[in-house]
Amino acid sequence: MYAALKNGLLNRIFQWRGPERGVIVLVQRRVFILPTRQGLLFAVVIVLMLIGSVNYDLSLGFILAFLLGATGIQSMLHTFRNLAHLRISPGRVQSVFAGEDAQFQIIVVNTTRADRYSIGVTRDGKTADYIDVPAAGETIATVAVRATRRGWLRPDRVTLFTRFPTGLFRAWSYADLDVRCLVYPAPAISPLPLPAPDSGAGEGGMHGQGYDEFAGLRPYRSGDSLRHVAWKAAARDDTLLTKQFAGRADAELWLAWDALPQGFDTEQRLSHLVRWVLDADRAGLACGLRIPGCTLPIASGAAHRTACLSALALYGTAATDHS
Amino acid sequence: MALLLPTTLSASVLGGRAILWLTATFVLISLPHLLRLPLWISSLIIILIGWRLYRAHLRLPSPAKWLLIIVAISASAGVLLQYRTLFGREAGVVLLLIMLALKLLETRTQRDGMLLGFLGCFLLITNFLHSQTIPTGLYMLGCAWLLMTTLISLQYTGVWPGWRHPVKRAGTLLLQALPLMLVLFLLFPRIQGPLWGLPQDAYAGLSGLSDNMSPGSLNSLILSDAVAFRAAFRGKIPEPRDLYWRGPVLWNYDGRTWTAPRLPFISSQLPAGGPTIDYTVTVEPHNKRWLFALEFPGIRPPKSFATIDMQLLSRTPVRSRLRYEMTSSLRGTYGKDDDPRILQRALRLPENHNPRTLQYAQELRKRFPDDRNLVAEVLSRFRNDKFFYTLSPPLLLDDHPVDNFLFNTRSGFCEHYASAFTVLMRAAGIPARVVTGYLGGEINPVGEYILVRQADAHAWTEVWFPDTGWTRIDPTAAVSPTRVERGIASALPLSDPLPMFVRGNFEYLQRMRLAWDSVTYNWNQWVLGYSPDRQRLFLSQIGFSDATWRSLAVLLLICTGVAVLIGALLALRELRSAHADAVKAAYDRFCRKLARRGVSRDPAEGPLSFAERAAQRAPAHAADIIDISKRYAALRYGGESAAAALRELQQRIRAFSINKQ
Repeated sequence: MYAALKNGLLNRIFQWRGPERGVIVLVQRRVFILPTRQGLLFAVVIVLMLIGSVNYDLSLGFILAFLLGATGIQSMLHTFRNLAHLRISPGRVQSVFAGEDAQFQIIVVNTTRADRYSIGVTRDGKTADYIDVPAAGETIATVAVRATRRGWLRPDRVTLFTRFPTGLFRAWSYADLDVRCLVYPAPAISPLPLPAPDSGAGEGGMHGQGYDEFAGLRPYRSGDSLRHVAWKAAARDDTLLTKQFAGRADAELWLAWDALPQGFDTEQRLSHLVRWVLDADRAGLACGLRIPGCTLPIASGAAHRTACLSALALYGTAATDHS
Repeated sequence: MALLLPTTLSASVLGGRAILWLTATFVLISLPHLLRLPLWISSLIIILIGWRLYRAHLRLPSPAKWLLIIVAISASAGVLLQYRTLFGREAGVVLLLIMLALKLLETRTQRDGMLLGFLGCFLLITNFLHSQTIPTGLYMLGCAWLLMTTLISLQYTGVWPGWRHPVKRAGTLLLQALPLMLVLFLLFPRIQGPLWGLPQDAYAGLSGLSDNMSPGSLNSLILSDAVAFRAAFRGKIPEPRDLYWRGPVLWNYDGRTWTAPRLPFISSQLPAGGPTIDYTVTVEPHNKRWLFALEFPGIRPPKSFATIDMQLLSRTPVRSRLRYEMTSSLRGTYGKDDDPRILQRALRLPENHNPRTLQYAQELRKRFPDDRNLVAEVLSRFRNDKFFYTLSPPLLLDDHPVDNFLFNTRSGFCEHYASAFTVLMRAAGIPARVVTGYLGGEINPVGEYILVRQADAHAWTEVWFPDTGWTRIDPTAAVSPTRVERGIASALPLSDPLPMFVRGNFEYLQRMRLAWDSVTYNWNQWVLGYSPDRQRLFLSQIGFSDATWRSLAVLLLICTGVAVLIGALLALRELRSAHADAVKAAYDRFCRKLARRGVSRDPAEGPLSFAERAAQRAPAHAADIIDISKRYAALRYGGESAAAALRELQQRIRAFSINKQ
């Protein structure tokens, strides 16, 4: 009850309204400002200076106390100015494995004439990335988010704050950027050996792709292993061709859900499958992925690897979440 | 609450540069103290600072806590021994200095640095306890600027932008704070201090007349350049011989020393008669109760009273600069019907002192039964009998100083003559007493006021005649008329030491000095003397004569609001878009280039339609013109904001040139 009330109140005050698309401009009503603990201490010092000035009848003491106090108040405007009217937009983000930190890039653009210094970007209030943004310039900040679970990861609400120039005030603003990062399941730590090439095809025909016998050339598709590019042919004419090999059916490597021991639960299975995908990729083997609800044909290369890992990351989540 | 109160990220550790800035700031703020304080304290602080720099240089860790505690305790013990207290003004300043130096020694993080900066603010105003002159004010303003610079320099987290940047930012902040400072200074409700009992030593070091006079005691005053008070006359300034500023009146004589009665009797009557003269006196604090006025005062300043011997006494010692209006009647008389008991007191002399003087007085009495003739005889003796006026007379250390002076040394200055004359009068049966105060003063033509220095201190005699009451007799005038007419500088032989400024041979220097004193006078009047009374006066001048506190609060709020608004406008002016302006500026340049070749843009014409028109007129450059215009339109109207696109546009426009067709 109390938590709900508090959340509702904070929502109203800070206008939290969920992720926003496009560029977020830190307009005036999005920038909040409060004195820091040091600011309160400074106020106490000013009051003490005033009391001393009254007691010892120090006219210059009054002047100095008022000057410093007024400077403190003026510094509030400077702190506000240091954050206001910045334009925040999402930058690139690389997929990571669960357990790693996702590095969200946040592009901060300054279109005004005021140089900005010491702007912190933080998500958890504990660690922050500090950036300076020159007038009419832009700087990229990075927010690290620990990826605990596979699937889509959002940075949630990011806080931009600054205490520049005097540290007496802290201005801050919230940016909930519409950006997400795909988190792959963590690869299993103690990997099982790659499964034996599939022998279930039976007839021993020549229709699958393998590595044993050269079967012909086809146009290069992105994702094909560079080792299979027909470099001589490429030198002759300007198109890249991939050599195709016809292997026997038992040379087909299928990374299949069912190939894992019965006792494994879903996450364990996914984790081992990820391990296999990585191992196969490292070994340069073409492989296919077969998990419930999704089958990826045998292929190799970075694009295939990404496709496999993505499928594993999103297994069981709403598949329509793809964008 | 955790969300509302700013989260503090783990405090960052200060680098060598920040330590250097902090140390330099601390040294400059405490410099006036260090030059003034006992040697051991200054040395201790310098050693602590040196230790800090050494530590920073070698990147040594903070000294152990116990070591710092030992230093702190032994330093406090030293202060206790030196000042007999830990809470006096002076002791407090010393403790603050030592604690700051120790804090500097263990300063490690940004948070420590900021705390040090705040304590530095407090240290700044302790300097004003000793001096509030214009140079001190300017020096401390500089220190405040440096302090702000240091506080700002602690806040940079990225690449250090160079010292110029924080210096400029601090200057901007201080300048933009000026309107608010002015409003607060003028309108913030002032309370008359002190709020609590001041420590004993609060007013140490104030100079001025004292309530006693022994041979040589005025000497130190006469060598002092310090200002006693200033007086601004409404109308003509009186003749120098009339400028007798009355101070303490001394009745009791013990053979060596004249002292004022301990308990003054209050008089309800003031001297009257003769033309009056109006003026304003601004007296420097001297920690005594006397207020000075030309003889004889015709009114009482507020919060003061007059005694039967016509001293003006303030209810409390004058501990801050005090300003009062005064009216004097230069030819007034008083005391004709004084009680015989009072007159009896003015005849008392100690026994067994100055026997030759007493005997001489008896002889005079026999020869001159009339009081006035007797006085004239003594004065003519002073004038004709080889008496000398000098500031460095032979010392009179025996039990019979008046005998010694009258019959042996015959050289001295005002206090010797006044003392000897009064003793003679009393011995001859004429009631007499010593009056101390100031004589003359320097007319400042720049500010049109009279400046009276401690060097103008003087002593004269008052004798009582039945027909005129108490009458001023200045025996010094008999010896050295120029002392009275032209001031002390002309009365002395050139070999006598005098404060540098009292001698006026260097006319150029003299004029500069007077101009400077005029500035100081106004500074004292309007800046340092801005008291609760002055504030009320100022408010009544701007139309708030009998304002309630509520209307004053409204006035303060409105003015503060306006000042903050001015500050906001100044600070937020830089939030205007640099980008749009740069785009516009680049495009304007492009248009000017085209206009020079006869294609000028109609203000209402869109950039793209203008481009088409221009391209038709200069087909050779059509591609460039169209390209630049499209880029401009994209930046200006398309919401494209990349700095790279702007740079590209600027480059294209720079490179664009069109040949005469």
